[in-house]
Amino acid sequence: MAIGFRASGLSFRVGGVLAAISLLSACATDGKAEGPKSASSSKQAAPGMGKGYSHDPFPSTYKAYPGTPTLLTNVTIFDGEGGTLTGGSVLFSDGKIVAVGQSVAAPAGATVIDGTGKVVTPGIIDIHSHLGDYPSPGVQANSDGNEATGPVTADVWAEHSVWPQDPGFSRALVNGGVTTLQILPGSANLMGGRSVVLKNVYARTEQGMKFPGAPYGLKMACGENPKRVYGSKGRQPSTRMGNIAVDRQTWAKAAEYKRKWDKFETDGGEAPTRDIAMDTLRGVLSGEILVQNHCYRADEMAIVLDMAKEFGYQVGAFHHAVEAYKIGDLLKANGTCAAVWADWWGFKMESYDAISENLALLQNAGACAMIHSDDENGIQRLNQEVAKALAAGRRAGIQISDAKAWEWLTINPAKALGIADKTGSLKPGKMADVVLWNGNPFSVYARPEKVWIDGAMLYDANNPKLRPVSDFELGQPGAGDTK
Amino acid sequence: MKRLLLLSAAPLALGLLAAPAAAQSVAIVNAKLVIGDGSAPIEGGTVFVRDGKVVAAGRGVAVPANVETVDAGGRYVTPGIVAGFTRMGIVEVDGVEQTNDAAAGKSPFHAAIDIAPAVNPKTSSIPLNRAEGITRAIVAPDNDGSIFAGMGAVIDLGADRDAVTKPRAFQFMEYGEAGARAAGGSRPAAIAQFRNALAQVRDYSRNPAGYGDVGKEALLTRADAEALVPVFAGRMPLLVHVERASDILVLIDLKRELPALKLVLVGAAEGWTVAREIAAANIPVIASALTDLPASFEQLSSTQSNVGRMKAAGVTVGIGMINDNEARQARLEKQYAGNLVALTKVPGATGLSWDAAFAAITSVPADTIGMGGEIGSLRPGRRGDVVIWSNDPLELDAAAMSVYIDGVKQPLTTRQELLRNRYMQPQEGALPKAYER
Repeated sequence: MAIGFRASGLSFRVGGVLAAISLLSACATDGKAEGPKSASSSKQAAPGMGKGYSHDPFPSTYKAYPGTPTLLTNVTIFDGEGGTLTGGSVLFSDGKIVAVGQSVAAPAGATVIDGTGKVVTPGIIDIHSHLGDYPSPGVQANSDGNEATGPVTADVWAEHSVWPQDPGFSRALVNGGVTTLQILPGSANLMGGRSVVLKNVYARTEQGMKFPGAPYGLKMACGENPKRVYGSKGRQPSTRMGNIAVDRQTWAKAAEYKRKWDKFETDGGEAPTRDIAMDTLRGVLSGEILVQNHCYRADEMAIVLDMAKEFGYQVGAFHHAVEAYKIGDLLKANGTCAAVWADWWGFKMESYDAISENLALLQNAGACAMIHSDDENGIQRLNQEVAKALAAGRRAGIQISDAKAWEWLTINPAKALGIADKTGSLKPGKMADVVLWNGNPFSVYARPEKVWIDGAMLYDANNPKLRPVSDFELGQPGAGDTK
Repeated sequence: MKRLLLLSAAPLALGLLAAPAAAQSVAIVNAKLVIGDGSAPIEGGTVFVRDGKVVAAGRGVAVPANVETVDAGGRYVTPGIVAGFTRMGIVEVDGVEQTNDAAAGKSPFHAAIDIAPAVNPKTSSIPLNRAEGITRAIVAPDNDGSIFAGMGAVIDLGADRDAVTKPRAFQFMEYGEAGARAAGGSRPAAIAQFRNALAQVRDYSRNPAGYGDVGKEALLTRADAEALVPVFAGRMPLLVHVERASDILVLIDLKRELPALKLVLVGAAEGWTVAREIAAANIPVIASALTDLPASFEQLSSTQSNVGRMKAAGVTVGIGMINDNEARQARLEKQYAGNLVALTKVPGATGLSWDAAFAAITSVPADTIGMGGEIGSLRPGRRGDVVIWSNDPLELDAAAMSVYIDGVKQPLTTRQELLRNRYMQPQEGALPKAYER
């Protein structure tokens, strides 16, 4: 049946959250003790705020692969922050962007690539993917994206399902120019668990793909999916009001949990009982974990924003925000982003009012907007999805430049993931996540020619040896073919 | 369409849609004219449609003085897109089962199911896709409980009450993983079901009146047997969804055994690996354009070069939407065709020329089901389905500026456009949004 339906409708791979808020407050992780140390000698010493338990028990082991200093010349540049340059140059070295300008001198030993007729952009960031959790082949044995056994599974971490051999990672790289992606739990549950941000570099382990320093996200879901899944099991929630009721009760418990742990970490004494789910919700309430909220309908997004105010957390981004265009002003006022598709519609009731001008209307309202895929095929053409959305907006009379529209593919998702200081644009000092396109990436006729991640060339259309083949595909029909 | 024209004089309650104009003779001149048969665009071309049919298309076409003439201003003018494999018009919202007429798992009938009466020209996917230049669609039922899904139709996307161009245009069958599941669990069971059907249809053909019908217990109901007679006699195409190379070879063997069978492969992700065999057996294909993941074990060698490689090997191959938002997103076929052109610039990949890519979404799907003489191109005698585009129709920013179906200029307003207009400014005004329309 329709893929869109399976992916986002019935099997709840869809997720959603967001965050224009870029960086978490540092207090929860940097170990700076806060508050008075008033514990008496009989009490256990206070460990310090954020120090009561490990916040990073599965640390990233990602290491950038080596690259050579590279200068791209005579290229059209979309810098990812709305800037554009024609006939310009991009220099990167030691994994970092060094310079972007009309003319940049090549350092000694640099590889110089003449990009005449080509376009350079930052690598694309997909804020909503299930690669690894719902890998190819999509057989039941590989289906690890929804812990659909209870409406609140904030205890699960998507990274523990990621299969780093998913062939989908390579397609997203070579056809899509995707260099960073967030893997989310599916949308069967109100609180589906933690997301993980990956660099799109194959590794033997999931930790080896993990984006260093990226905050975690909490996947939440509104609407049809949670109420259907649990309603069909004869339990709460079976309605939209049931969704919110369970959410609020859970946030109330999380607030209590946070109070206990904050007190212990500040004052010492006996440590409260650990609750892995509540750890995650505490992380949200303290600003350490970003909320990525699957939510289609405008009216439901407004309710979630009020609920967030009630409990003192920020909704980073709504995902699949099909009706975001109806409340662009409200999203802007709340500093909440919207991650949307270009033209998916009609696969379920809450997607019925989808319009292709969604991104453009959000931009027009001054809200933070971005494209996302939620799909192993769509992730290969996010540039094309933006091209369609941009054209629809222009036909509606909303003038947005190509360079500005590129923000929907890179810097805006980077902001919503809390990694905009590291990637998402071609600014000196940022990770050298770079795509050289063989034409204008808003044309259907363009494809990535070369892709670098942290300055390492990981795809080159002209070099068959630079086509990744996952373990699953090795020795199978079609291994190493152009895909 | 004729019925529609008679009615269009009366005030129809068409809701969003204005009644289409009745004029059926029109000449579009000064066009970058694409015939749709794989030939190159013709600069300064004219297409002349009279009484709903193409009279002539090319350079230097004479147009009678009394015919309405439209100047295309040098823009692309093409046949309307023929969506290669869809479930358009029989599903409103996939997730709302009451609106979904694609499959009927609890029915005792399978091959006998005729999808034509389910086609609702007011289904929202029809105006939406019409506004994007899709004028015809091949519509198939979905299988549930048998390898045979039933009889599909060819429809037009006109804003009128008569959507079905050709009912009972083909039988649709699942083989491979889906066929195995429907037949009870294995591919051999699917073949057994097929062979049993063949035997029972022979019994039925010898003596229709004597064909026992044991109702729900029947391996093949009387109605199903009757429906399969034209299939086995070669009068009705049999579209079979199949992906794996070895499964394709099984079907080629079946075709060898039953040469009359008008077999058409749908999907065919691994078709490129047996392309010479498909070409030699003269079996046309409606392929998914961009399948490139091992989404299942029957698609391990998937590549976006599949269509190009099959074409290069001599296979007749068009583009369809199997397993790809069949109910609503046929408009994506233009983007898919453009992507196949993009492959011509990727080392090691095989794509299609622009001309061949456009044919793959117009004349070729029509040809695969034996309707190339009626739809899918601007060759003389075909139905007058013509689109004037803002620019290259395979490009992502292209819009259909005018759409003619059977020579009738079509309304292009959609629900989505009305929503967009309502929310150009999100705030409510002097009255709630519900008063803006």
